[in-house]
Amino acid sequence: MPRQDSVAMDTESTYSGYSYHSGRSRGSHRHGERSRDRHKSRSKDSRSEKSVTINTPPAEPLLGDSSVRGEPVQDDNWGETTTAVTGTSEHSLSQEDIVRITKDLEDSVGLDCRRYFTLTLAVILGLLVFLTPVAFLVLPHVLWPDKLQTCGTACEGLFISVAFKLLILLLAVWALFFRPPRAGLPRVFVFRALLAVLVLLFVVSYWLFYGVRILDTQDENYQGIVQYAVSLVDALLFIHYLAIVLLELRQLRPYFSVTVTRATDGETRHYNLGQLSIQRAALAIIEHYYCDFPVHNPALLSASKSRAAKHLAGLKVYNVDGEFPAAQAEGPGNNAAAGMAQSQSRAMIAAAARRRDTSHNELYYEEAEHERRVRKRTARLVVAVEEAFTHIKRLQEEEQKKAPGDVMDPREAAQAIFPSMARALQKYLRTTKQQHCHSMESIQQHLAFCITNNMTPKAFLESYLSPGPTLQYSKDHWLSRKWTLISEASVTSGLKDGSAFLLKCVDFSLVVTTKKIPYIHMSEEYIDPKSHKFVLRLQSETSV
Amino acid sequence: MSNYIPGQPVTAVVQKIEIQKLRQGHQLILGFSIGGGIDQDPSQNPYSEDKADKGIYVTRVAPGGPADEAGLRVGDKIMQVNGWDMTMLKHYQALKKLTKSNEEVVRLLVTRKSLEQAIKGAMGYTEEAGLIVDFVPLKSDQEN
Repeated sequence: MPRQDSVAMDTESTYSGYSYHSGRSRGSHRHGERSRDRHKSRSKDSRSEKSVTINTPPAEPLLGDSSVRGEPVQDDNWGETTTAVTGTSEHSLSQEDIVRITKDLEDSVGLDCRRYFTLTLAVILGLLVFLTPVAFLVLPHVLWPDKLQTCGTACEGLFISVAFKLLILLLAVWALFFRPPRAGLPRVFVFRALLAVLVLLFVVSYWLFYGVRILDTQDENYQGIVQYAVSLVDALLFIHYLAIVLLELRQLRPYFSVTVTRATDGETRHYNLGQLSIQRAALAIIEHYYCDFPVHNPALLSASKSRAAKHLAGLKVYNVDGEFPAAQAEGPGNNAAAGMAQSQSRAMIAAAARRRDTSHNELYYEEAEHERRVRKRTARLVVAVEEAFTHIKRLQEEEQKKAPGDVMDPREAAQAIFPSMARALQKYLRTTKQQHCHSMESIQQHLAFCITNNMTPKAFLESYLSPGPTLQYSKDHWLSRKWTLISEASVTSGLKDGSAFLLKCVDFSLVVTTKKIPYIHMSEEYIDPKSHKFVLRLQSETSV
Repeated sequence: MSNYIPGQPVTAVVQKIEIQKLRQGHQLILGFSIGGGIDQDPSQNPYSEDKADKGIYVTRVAPGGPADEAGLRVGDKIMQVNGWDMTMLKHYQALKKLTKSNEEVVRLLVTRKSLEQAIKGAMGYTEEAGLIVDFVPLKSDQEN
């Protein structure tokens, strides 16, 4: 695999090539959805697809992941810009990426169809709901205007009431259902489907009644018809209330305590969720994941992997009684016959158990050494940054006019002081294995931002000293995520005590277990305030 | 000292101690400190066996003072002072009984654990070991 690690660190020419490529297609994808959303009107519907942050173009994983998967090649020239490209073309792809691209394309096509389908359903239902009362009021005037009684004052008052209730219904529907979609769930959203069916049945039954009793008989009592339309709008408002309660209010009360563990490094968080279906709970958990969990850093896992490899590589198994060539097994890459492999592995495990293992010693000293190194680098970094910040001084208004020569805007100021701290920062990032999370450009941008907002050096360093939540990093790291929900129970069934499911993403998976918050028995005990009485306990000693 | 059962007479082995008061300025002093009383907290008494015992105990004895010369020791429980009962009265009442300005001599009856043990060892009674006295709390605590 080519040395792609240096690509990230090298010039802007290569790097920006990726971002340009991705940015263009990413932007068009987004733009298309947004315009679609704005034009159609929507009502209560069974829309199960909200567009998820899936399927952005393939350039992203190349930058984000493969640069880490290669061996950490140290490139010391990171701080100085060079224009040489180290042997990677702008569009090199590995086999895995091709597979991933095709999979993404297929899935995105499938999802779009679903989304269009539910969108059209929603539009039809919405139009039906909003035009029905209007139709009820207008049709008598159109079909039998001469037979109709004139509308008195009470009747016209009802017109106003219908108009305002429709307006309120419109605003309420806009507030509840017109929000930008935040995810695409695997199965239909049960409550929305139920509500849509309910509304449809309701409206259809009203139309039936209207058709039979009013259109056929050509009723002249216009006030009765108007009251009928008003009752329809009232009932729609009540259905909207039902929608609020089912969709929004019911899951607000915490009912389950959910433990989310990242499988690769054990990061665990606990959240309180209400009564939700498994897919909605998974959605809530993913959103919390992006905000709370520190970013997934595969470079930190290499130590334990190498230890595991060393465990297995420490033994050689020779099959003395078998056929030539003697089956020589070293590590897991053995491809001898199956039977021999089994006996060999058993022999290896037995030997490993007997052997006196000193790897714990190595681990201890290695960790102590690493800690010391990190602290040393941190100290050097802090000093370098503080010194760099002292070179910058903010000019007041009057001074700006006096010294026109050297006045710089924040970006130039950042570029001016960046080289003095670049080396220390780069060494620190390399020691803590974060060098792929931060590109040179992002660091300069962050520096300009800090300078603009009068932040201290410590504030500037804060984002590098500890790994932040995934959202903090550039979009390469999280935009290309597609989550898979793996669950034994049906994903539209509700959470239960002890249910567990998996949320798989390309690099890692999140293991989720739930526990029910127990029912609390509380009893009261009344204490009469007059019963608070005290005695003085003395022990005096007097001399005689 | 036997456990006190309310309403029942208390039995104890006592020693008679006669202290001559010493005149210091216009005061007559005895040279020891007392603690305890029915208005005090008996659980903080370091010298009593029964932590509910609200009697008067000797907490300090001034070395070389009249009490020390008469043989009073720290931790003694005072049962009687000049015939007045000391087992069931308040702290200041006990103080008043001890510091009467018109008395030059106080005769105390004190008890301590070593006395009982000595009696048990001797299995009889001698003048050195002391008296065995039956106590019924007198109505000495009515005056104040």
